[in-house]
Amino acid sequence: MSRRAMLWCAAGLLVAILYPLLFGGPSLIARSNYAINVAFLILFAAFLGQSWNIAGGYAGQTSFGHVVFFGTGAYVSTILHVSHGWNPWLAWPVAIASGGLVGAIIGVLSFRAGLRGSYFALITLAFAEVFRIVANSIPQTRGGLGILIKADQRPENFQFRDPMWFYYLALVLCVIGLAIAWWLTRSRFGARLAAIRENEDAAMALGIDVFREKVRVLALSGAMCAAGGTVYAQKYLYLDPSIAFGVEKSVEMLLVSMIGGAGTIFGPLIGSGVLHLVGEITRDLGNVVPGIKNAQPLALIVYGLILVVIVAYLPDGLTGLLRRRR
Amino acid sequence: MLEVRDLMKSFGGLKAVDGASLDVDQGAIVGLIGPNGAGKTTLFATIAGFHKPDGGRVRFEGKDTTGLPPHLLCERGMVRTFQITQPFARLSVIENIMVGAYLRTADRSEASARATDVARRVGLGDRLEAPAGDLTVAGRKRLELARALATAPKLLLLDEVMAGLNPTEVTAIVEIVRAIRADGVTILLIEHVMQAVMSLAEHVYVLNDGRIIADGAPRAIASEPKVIEAYLGRGAAERMSAHA
Repeated sequence: MSRRAMLWCAAGLLVAILYPLLFGGPSLIARSNYAINVAFLILFAAFLGQSWNIAGGYAGQTSFGHVVFFGTGAYVSTILHVSHGWNPWLAWPVAIASGGLVGAIIGVLSFRAGLRGSYFALITLAFAEVFRIVANSIPQTRGGLGILIKADQRPENFQFRDPMWFYYLALVLCVIGLAIAWWLTRSRFGARLAAIRENEDAAMALGIDVFREKVRVLALSGAMCAAGGTVYAQKYLYLDPSIAFGVEKSVEMLLVSMIGGAGTIFGPLIGSGVLHLVGEITRDLGNVVPGIKNAQPLALIVYGLILVVIVAYLPDGLTGLLRRRR
Repeated sequence: MLEVRDLMKSFGGLKAVDGASLDVDQGAIVGLIGPNGAGKTTLFATIAGFHKPDGGRVRFEGKDTTGLPPHLLCERGMVRTFQITQPFARLSVIENIMVGAYLRTADRSEASARATDVARRVGLGDRLEAPAGDLTVAGRKRLELARALATAPKLLLLDEVMAGLNPTEVTAIVEIVRAIRADGVTILLIEHVMQAVMSLAEHVYVLNDGRIIADGAPRAIASEPKVIEAYLGRGAAERMSAHA
């Protein structure tokens, strides 16, 4: 990393650390949970997007069903906590490991069967749907009723009275995600993933165990995504099958990476920022522009337009645009 | 070093390799020639683990390697290049070569140093940062060679590294291949450019319809009637000698 890039990263991190102090906590300007929550969502979606990006962007294993890992993490920690009395902090690592395990299992099954490209994408979508249907049907998840986590806002209980702390948690996750992506750009594992993404046959010829590396990356990606699942459950204290395994989340993860630039370190973060800011602005349009009563569809239309433009003109996402400018 | 015995590989009803046998001695450059569709690339791919053979055996350095997957063969020191070059197009030249170098080291700076060294040996030293997708045909052929070399092979299987190159470029690659052999790497090459086969190989096998129909020194092979017929059709050898 160049000195200048390092300086930029440090500055960005500093701003991110100071941000809540401007709006929340010991308020300097004005206390705004809204500003904190939007920032939380941006960082949180960036982290989930990063987990997708590790497999989809760096290793070229495009998944349409990444939510399967998110939901696994969310349900494992929530069930351990609510039904078995575990402390959520202790349940968290188990949830992360479960996400990794599900990633490895899906990897073994689909890569053993030789599924590549769009076939792999479809099988992940199918896995997520199966998980959703199972979660809807078994008693452990209380089916479609969902699980309520009892509110008990103490830090040792993984619940925080001040949303600032969830913001910081998301920030830590996001930085870990960025660090993993950065490591991929300079490690042997990362080089092998790039080789696999570019050309599996050539990768194989050069001594890479393509199957093993793909299973590994899906396990890593699944573990990361599951970590996010637990955080989500602890923040919103409620979980049901369509939240945990709904296709929208898979799409969001894929979208933030593609818009920002799949296979780049900062792609998911940039994509998440753009997507959420657009979402917030279009939501407010409902109040500003007369005649628009429900701005929700408007946000979707704008998302769609952005995606079309990105896919058509910027295959490397916004990061690619910045790079081309230079 | 390499012993292939009665190797068979069919696709559906087509016997692409039909009981081919050949030997490559340590330190040799051996040529494999034959008309289009003779099964050369299939034979290569089967030796290198890309196809599971339907019959026959492959032994590498005295050990049975029949049906082993490519990455394990590569680890043992047998690496192939592709006739249709398969660059990691969006990676730079040095990143491409480092993928090969990483087979023998996990350390980034060591892999980078090794890759730079290999790039110089094949004449890509001044193009390290170029995206592989931007290389010319000749550049891509060199890159194929470089990536394979970076895995520190004992046996290099070269599949038409000179096809599509102009005579100057061919001469350059011939020199590079000679230098690689001088460094102790054994080479088996498929080649259509006869000038290259004749000047490089000490021993040549001729494959036709999936079988080895002749083998020997390159000069002797070129005048072998069976070989001439394989290339030019039945009776061609007789007509040629009648004209002479």
